[in-house]
Amino acid sequence: MSMRIVIAKPGLDGHDRGAKVIARALRDAGHEVIYTGLRRKPSEIVRVVMDEDAVAVGLSTLSGAHNVLIPKVCEELISNGMGDVIVFAGGIIPESDRDYLYSLGVRAIFGPGTKTSSIIDFLEIISERKNSQLDVGVGEKIGWRWS
Amino acid sequence: MEMVLSHDNNIALAKQGNRRELAKLLTIIESGERLPIKESNESWVLGVTGPPGVGKSTLIGVMIDEWVRRGEKVAVLAIDPSSPKSGGALLGDRMRMSSADNGESVFIRSLATRNHPGGLMPFLDSMINLLSYCGWTKIIIETVGSGQSEIRIVAFANRIMLVDGPDRGDIIQAEKAGIIELADIIVINKSDLPNSDAAAISIKKSLEYSNKGNDTIVMLTSSINNTGVSELIEELDNLHVDKDRSILRTKERLLSAWDYRLLSNPSLNDILLNLESGAINLDEALNHL
Repeated sequence: MSMRIVIAKPGLDGHDRGAKVIARALRDAGHEVIYTGLRRKPSEIVRVVMDEDAVAVGLSTLSGAHNVLIPKVCEELISNGMGDVIVFAGGIIPESDRDYLYSLGVRAIFGPGTKTSSIIDFLEIISERKNSQLDVGVGEKIGWRWS
Repeated sequence: MEMVLSHDNNIALAKQGNRRELAKLLTIIESGERLPIKESNESWVLGVTGPPGVGKSTLIGVMIDEWVRRGEKVAVLAIDPSSPKSGGALLGDRMRMSSADNGESVFIRSLATRNHPGGLMPFLDSMINLLSYCGWTKIIIETVGSGQSEIRIVAFANRIMLVDGPDRGDIIQAEKAGIIELADIIVINKSDLPNSDAAAISIKKSLEYSNKGNDTIVMLTSSINNTGVSELIEELDNLHVDKDRSILRTKERLLSAWDYRLLSNPSLNDILLNLESGAINLDEALNHL
């Protein structure tokens, strides 16, 4: 099932090789990927997700600011009535920070060494969950996540 | 009936400025559904075309800033190709218009060509009507930027801007493609690079050579230095559209609809397989379709 997905680089982080590899992998799996480019504000990312009517947004961050930037994106999605959008993250996010992000509605965190096929599998599952009306969006009931 | 009524509500919300509703309605149009919006001949629609890499998206980005300063509401439909293998697409035009992701006066939507060559699909008309109805005063369509399908932009835009770069050496290519004769404005972008003056002169000469009374505007811009942009906006706003393209427009609209119908035919795959195996010939395939 082809989806529209935003791949975004929040904050002052100039490392986008990972984001570009993911964007390509998703394209090759048949998805339509909107790449935001570098150094975007959370509000800009939410605007892109809204205008593009994307189903999901992937946030790539390697700067260490994930505990500030990712919560902002989640909050703004929810406050703009987009709680059904699926949020996943990637980059350098220590294990000890992950539970906090999951508690905000992030449904998957992919660290270094992740196979692109895992991300494709994750997208298949979220698509199935969405179709079965199971909780998967950032503003929906917390519980299920990719592991 | 219920469906139509619920869309009416969404359309009303979009008209009041609800971007989320507008975005969702564009998705519905893209999926092939028709919305009950009256066709408008009043829409201001600029088609931006030109070879890949000449800076179309970046130039549109700075044009947006200039228009917003002048109080316009700018909507962009940016078309990028879908992969013929996977059907997926990497839509990267809007990353070059990044200053436009703030403020209520800009709306950018990326579109993949899906299985429609060139991506100039008949439903673009419905998208334009919706955007215009919702109060967007400048509507820009950025094309994929390659191939002879570029001429089809006349089916949807009532103003056409061709963007080229300096020293591309293929101004002859542009002439071959025919779009150069249809353009209202030709812009040599990246004028901060050498040879841009020469490129502009050679385009002007070539236009004069083929058509004595030619009044196509040729301009130089540099998106990085922001030079020539406000002049370009001035020209575009005052453009007197008098090129008679109505027959061509109608023809390209027909071809677009024809292509769309052909490519969305449910038995297309079976017919392709039969054609490939030699079970039927081209004429038979067309008759089946």
